[in-house]
Amino acid sequence: MAQDIDLDSSEFLDRLRAGDDDAAEALVRHTSGPLLAVARRMLMNDDDAADAIQETYLSAFRRIADFHGDSKLTTWIHRIAINACLMKLRTRRRRPAVSLDSLAINFAEDGHMSTRVTAWKDQAHSLDQSESAALVRRLIEELPDDFRTVLILRDIEGLQTADVASALDISEAAVKTRLHRARLALRMLLDPHLRKEDE
Amino acid sequence: MTCQEIIDFLMAYLDGELPSSQRRVFEEHIDECNCCEQFMASYRRTVSLARSCSEVQGPIKPPEALIKAILAARKANAD
Repeated sequence: MAQDIDLDSSEFLDRLRAGDDDAAEALVRHTSGPLLAVARRMLMNDDDAADAIQETYLSAFRRIADFHGDSKLTTWIHRIAINACLMKLRTRRRRPAVSLDSLAINFAEDGHMSTRVTAWKDQAHSLDQSESAALVRRLIEELPDDFRTVLILRDIEGLQTADVASALDISEAAVKTRLHRARLALRMLLDPHLRKEDE
Repeated sequence: MTCQEIIDFLMAYLDGELPSSQRRVFEEHIDECNCCEQFMASYRRTVSLARSCSEVQGPIKPPEALIKAILAARKANAD
């Protein structure tokens, strides 16, 4: 049933606003898979992710009267899910993460690199696509929450800088700084796996 | 421009946010510095890998218990 439903049709939205049980179930069945994936990426814990998704839908059902179709319904719920995950991250204890200082690049006093940078293997001679994706996901999990969250929201979830700044209540400049530092750290973590063997 | 400045400005360069005068100096450095050229290539690859790492994962099927819990909580809230 869910596959045949146009989630953005006015008829479906009217049913949701009227509290129609079948429409509510169709919405959950149709959209909870991708949202659960987002929550697992952000929270890295299945129970926390399930809690955040449950809170997401309860919030969406409470606020459906305020949704006027300015964006797609799935985009609106995606934002609610991200906010639910951020709330969860704020309230739970910080986990141990890699120190970004330990991944800093070394420069000589004149500002030039003091260590040699080795080229990376090209894609044909590197890990296959699923192996490299699994490696990247595992290494992203090692980043400190503040940096990991920005990288996930910008590079994986595709939010604009202004939207990330608003969700995290920080400046756009801070988003850019955190994103750049997160990417640099991820690059350093990937380096031993992807660099060409020394000749 | 030093290597340290190149790394600091890397994201702004790739996003097209450097003013043209700085952009020219940046590109002159990259042309002459193999370390920075390699570093920029690996930074670009890092961003590309991060962007695609969830696409390979495929869809997640939510557990039936979670769907039932969400619908039950909705009912409870409505009552």
